[in-house]
Amino acid sequence: MRIENHPILEFNRGKKIKFTFNGQEIEGYEGETIAAALHAAGVKVLGKSLFLHRPRGFYCAIGNCSSCLMVVDGVPNVKTCTTDLIEGMVVQTQEGKGVIA
Amino acid sequence: MKEAELVIVGAGPAGLCAAISAASSGAKVLIIERNKSLGGQLVKQTHMFFGSEKQYASTRGIDITDILLTELKKYEKNVEILTNSTVVGMYEDGIITVLHKEDKYFKIKPKAVIVCTGAFEKSLAFPNNDLPGIYGAGAVQTLMNVYGVKPGNKVLMVGAGNIGLIVSYQLMQAGVEVVAILDAAPKIGGYLVHASKIRRMGVPILTGYTVKEAIGKDYLEKAVICKLDNKFQQIPGTEQTLDADVMCISVGLTPLNELLSMSGCEMKYIPQLSGTVPVRNEDYETTIENLFVAGDISGVEEASAAMVEGYLAGLCAAAKIGHKAEDFENKKMDYLKQLSELRSGPVGEHILAGIEQIVR
Repeated sequence: MRIENHPILEFNRGKKIKFTFNGQEIEGYEGETIAAALHAAGVKVLGKSLFLHRPRGFYCAIGNCSSCLMVVDGVPNVKTCTTDLIEGMVVQTQEGKGVIA
Repeated sequence: MKEAELVIVGAGPAGLCAAISAASSGAKVLIIERNKSLGGQLVKQTHMFFGSEKQYASTRGIDITDILLTELKKYEKNVEILTNSTVVGMYEDGIITVLHKEDKYFKIKPKAVIVCTGAFEKSLAFPNNDLPGIYGAGAVQTLMNVYGVKPGNKVLMVGAGNIGLIVSYQLMQAGVEVVAILDAAPKIGGYLVHASKIRRMGVPILTGYTVKEAIGKDYLEKAVICKLDNKFQQIPGTEQTLDADVMCISVGLTPLNELLSMSGCEMKYIPQLSGTVPVRNEDYETTIENLFVAGDISGVEEASAAMVEGYLAGLCAAAKIGHKAEDFENKKMDYLKQLSELRSGPVGEHILAGIEQIVR
């Protein structure tokens, strides 16, 4: 679901990098956020709500709303909509409040 | 503790203009921005701006950042920039606390501060409004225009203000289908030039409509919309179900005011300015001495107004701490004149009615 041709914009995507989402290997580009790379790969559900366990996706994409929190490299509550993707990242959906190791 | 002369919180259009204005007046400026890059939400605005030449009309938002950064570079001796840094506290003794990259936490004691934190997107209440696939219109704009990722295949746009109309057009530029645009109001809120462009492309704009319910298991699959009567009540029997995997909520912005509220300055809820905003004087100084504001935090308007407010607040804050620009009076008059020109017309009237209630 990436835009290939655009009348105004040219997307100079960075180098291709690999990361995992719930154990599955996914490719993204350097310079994009974790949420953008996941969305491009068709992943919309990033976590579950605290009490009713309803699916959560991002909402604002600019770091305000905390709807996109995930566990990244073992750290919970990472705002994936503003955190850059890094080669080899281990990304997991977050259930509940998360535990700080 | 770090000492600073003038701290500017947020490097969007208002913050960058405040920095240019203050640094050119001779003040030492420290810009603190939570993102990795400067420009705030200009980074995703591929449309051309309105206003007059002084506010970069006919220039695309994405190009305005470069223009402002080039201007700021002229005064680089007076400018320090901290990115990836979030101001997390403002205290009564004038100290502010900053978190850099989640791991470095430090204090700053500035002589003056200009808060330019901007605004954030409102949500809309309806059953299942929390399903993935339902996003702020600005969020979808970021996803498409910054990262080149399509939000989905079929989009329902909720809100026919300028953001709703512009993002709908940009969705089509990205090759995404817009099923319909709806708005609860009986009339289109955005500029008609945008609305006609979209209608010509065959997208219906339904006024007097709202979302009754979103349907989907793990993410949005369908949306039920219905008509509203003249008291904004849903009319039974008018429901329609649309296939959509994305819904964009574009029902306005509200000032991002948590940080400012923390400082203890007087705040007031002003509907015309879209939320709780600080009481201020003509120089954009709040009820706390040497604490200034500019941009959407002082009332939601267009980026063009935010930029002029930034120039004005930067000029006045610098003067307040001993760096009065040589042509201070002329500049101030010019900025006030630009603001009143931007606020002429029916939307401006509404804004002015709000401003009247907060300026002392």
